[in-house]
Amino acid sequence: MTTVSMTVNGKEVSADVEDRTLLVDFIRENLKLTGTHVGCDTSQCGACVVHVDGKAVKACTMLANQATGSNVVTIEGLANGGDLHPVQAAFHEHHGLQCGFCTPGMIMTAVDMIERAKANGLKLDEATIRSELEGNICRCTGYHNIVRAIEAAAEQTA
Amino acid sequence: MGVEGIGARVLRKEDQRFITGKGRYTDDFNRPGQLFAVFVRSPHAHALIKSVDISEAKGCEGVAAIYTGEDVAEDGLGGLPCGFAPGGGPQNAPPRPALLKDKVRFVGDMIAVVIAESVALARDAAGKVNVEYDVLPSNTDTGKAMDADTPQLHEEAPNNVVMHWEIGEADPVEAAFAKADHVTSLDIINNRKVPNAMEPRAANAEYDAAADSFTLYTTSQNPHITRLLLAAYVLGISEGKLRVISPDVGGGFGSKIPFYPEEAVVTWACRKVERPVKWTSDRTEAFLSDTHGRDHVTKAELAMDKDGKFLAMRVDTKASLGAYLSTFGMLSSTYLYGTVLSGPYDIPAIHCKVSGVFTNTCPIDAERGAGRPEATYLIERLVETAARETGIGVVEIRKRNFIREFPYQTAVVLQYDIGDYDTTLELALEKADYAGFEARKKKSAANGKLRGVGFSTYIEACGLAPSNIAGAIGAGIGLYESAEIRFNPTGSVSVLTGAQTQGQGHETAFAQVVASKLGIEVDKVDIIHGDTGTVQWGHGTYGSRSLAVGGSAISAACDKVIEKAKKVAAHMMEADAADISFENGEFSVSGTDKTKTIGEVILTAMVPHDYPLTDMEPGLDQRSFYDPANFTYPAGTHICEVEVDPDTGVTEVVRFTAVDDFGNVVNPMIVEGQVHGGVTHGVGQALFEKALYDEDGQMVNASYMDYIIPHADNVPSFDVGYTNTPCTHNPLGVKGCGEAGAIAAPPAVINAITDAIGVRDLDMPATPQKVWDTIQANGTAKAAQ
Repeated sequence: MTTVSMTVNGKEVSADVEDRTLLVDFIRENLKLTGTHVGCDTSQCGACVVHVDGKAVKACTMLANQATGSNVVTIEGLANGGDLHPVQAAFHEHHGLQCGFCTPGMIMTAVDMIERAKANGLKLDEATIRSELEGNICRCTGYHNIVRAIEAAAEQTA
Repeated sequence: MGVEGIGARVLRKEDQRFITGKGRYTDDFNRPGQLFAVFVRSPHAHALIKSVDISEAKGCEGVAAIYTGEDVAEDGLGGLPCGFAPGGGPQNAPPRPALLKDKVRFVGDMIAVVIAESVALARDAAGKVNVEYDVLPSNTDTGKAMDADTPQLHEEAPNNVVMHWEIGEADPVEAAFAKADHVTSLDIINNRKVPNAMEPRAANAEYDAAADSFTLYTTSQNPHITRLLLAAYVLGISEGKLRVISPDVGGGFGSKIPFYPEEAVVTWACRKVERPVKWTSDRTEAFLSDTHGRDHVTKAELAMDKDGKFLAMRVDTKASLGAYLSTFGMLSSTYLYGTVLSGPYDIPAIHCKVSGVFTNTCPIDAERGAGRPEATYLIERLVETAARETGIGVVEIRKRNFIREFPYQTAVVLQYDIGDYDTTLELALEKADYAGFEARKKKSAANGKLRGVGFSTYIEACGLAPSNIAGAIGAGIGLYESAEIRFNPTGSVSVLTGAQTQGQGHETAFAQVVASKLGIEVDKVDIIHGDTGTVQWGHGTYGSRSLAVGGSAISAACDKVIEKAKKVAAHMMEADAADISFENGEFSVSGTDKTKTIGEVILTAMVPHDYPLTDMEPGLDQRSFYDPANFTYPAGTHICEVEVDPDTGVTEVVRFTAVDDFGNVVNPMIVEGQVHGGVTHGVGQALFEKALYDEDGQMVNASYMDYIIPHADNVPSFDVGYTNTPCTHNPLGVKGCGEAGAIAAPPAVINAITDAIGVRDLDMPATPQKVWDTIQANGTAKAAQ
């Protein structure tokens, strides 16, 4: 067993877990934050994307213990109280989700994508957005409206 | 009144919980004291089980119980029933126990379940269940399954034959072929596809000893059917003793229609271990055990006269059903397939034979479109090929054969009520700028790319289904839908529907139906679904049925509400009920300026202080069971443009236009989303997807490392348009939109690639390797350049 401690959505959390516990399982099982999803076993689908110290990370590729001391943000921590993050609002406005299962990971990836583009002074065009979504799979939307949502959110936060 | 109802782009009510991480999927539920199940699955496709030794595993840390096929048999647990047998004729339907004890028939078949304190501990112990096998040769080639020397899966099915089925009349077809001026013939393999809902299947069962009843949370598209099959056929209990809850479901695409052995085992086991038992599939398990779709091997022929007028079609199909008959496994390759072979064309004679066969593969069931994609693929490949062979042209040959008089009786049972195929075709040509194609082709050629265009003018039969027809063709259930409308005194409404949602936006679209019918704002209408403990009854969501059948049930229940509410309003306004009219949420007395709002009428009915209690019961709640009179027939034209790189064989879909006639559209935003998603499924089938079984029966691409489903950079943005001929027989005039893209897109893509590289035959998926090989073999790259 290992004691892991980190900040998740602004709260200090700590627990004793088996050494092999993945970050995603710690988030879902220990913290009961079930908005972070598991859609594959091979780090392809991106349903589990969270932010660790400001970077988008697939929470299934990381041991919980590796996040000790880190600042983790999950989908539940993205909105500012009752105010949706602009990317959340854009997914709603542009119908960028259907079943909702890939959505938390998509949104966390999109937030990271937009912030990186902004930091580097790059404009997110459609081809770049599609390329950046390589690590997130959606089986419902055909991506069309996800791309529209990210374009709109990027424009809004530019 | 400014209520946003049918036809409005209403943003989805359900989004809030999904975008904030508050969705509740089956795996998100945890019951007090819960244990975790991991299944021991066969690594062999075909083997006799010589022994199962659980002694070492039983001693592992955290193990509560291990059960095997012997335990299931000893307890008399019923096998999984098959819910559909076409024609009621003799079927070779072998039993399918929930856990196997004698023989396994596909990689992933279940031998034992390990139940432990955590998933990790259960998995550790499962690895220590020692099973000895006597491995048998496998049969994974659908085309050869009936051959004499092919290994046989079941004693009950000699030569692996499940059924020989046919539709249409052979003699007129033979006569037409004999006099035809031209015959186009294609050998077609329709690739086995894995549905790949992003949420893996899961089940969590709990037994309440005091009430002697079970609750099962499960990922189901049709929880009432799961309850029926699990209670009545497997557990042998009354349905009232089993509550099935299907909460938020993360996509289905057909794979969550069937009733699965995992659901049976966890429910049975939770009573034995006296604790809740939860199982969640991992992705490789999903690839191995979620039902697959398609897997046809077909010879298809189209006969025409000298003017290209179709005379007859002849189809001979071998359809794999996998290793066992899944719940509705036989439906997709029979009545959902043969009955739509006329497409949108007037074809006087059609004959189709299907042989359903067992192979050592995952069972087949519905996959988005279910039978109709297989039919549409061969029709549209035949028509496009015929157009090229005869030089008539791909647009002209369709125009010469479109059905224009309705109702139209096809040669394969169905009668189309309405459609206008010319208008959809013309609009698609315009939106796709077909006239500008040659210029774009030249531009592509200048960049070293081969550009091609492909068409698909499809029709589908949706809105499943008239119950009398369902019964006549072999279904074990009716296919009506139910709705109940419950009022609250302050004017809000709860609507209980038997249609389940896996992302289709029912909570919004169904509320729009109620808003239009009753004049109550969408925000005041709550849609309740997916729980047999609260919803009266239902058949679930598949076959593009939820709005056409479930929405119609809601509409019919609203009509009953209005009928009673008029009597209440008449009392309130001291008028005769016959003089009351209702529009936009307001009751009025004809010839007067007296009005009452629906809110006032609801309050009066719910708080009946001044009410004709001797004549009428209080309340306005109503229930309806709507059984459709016919299928609905969405149709449309999809046009795909591709660029092929002759050096690498890589195909890029550069333009995709979809014009569909779905009848009336309740929420255009949701409908467009369904088209985008459906087309992407179709592009996936055409370019990337195929469950690959090697000759030993191993599925060699059972992960996202190896099985490609479309990613964001594999598809373009789509151009979507509509035409509208409202359905004539349901009250909303709607037809259904969920499957259209998956049905229409595959032939459009392959027709485009064959146009680009100048070949006749190309099987799906058109991978870069296959396209490159085809170009090399045909020497067409240079010719086209």
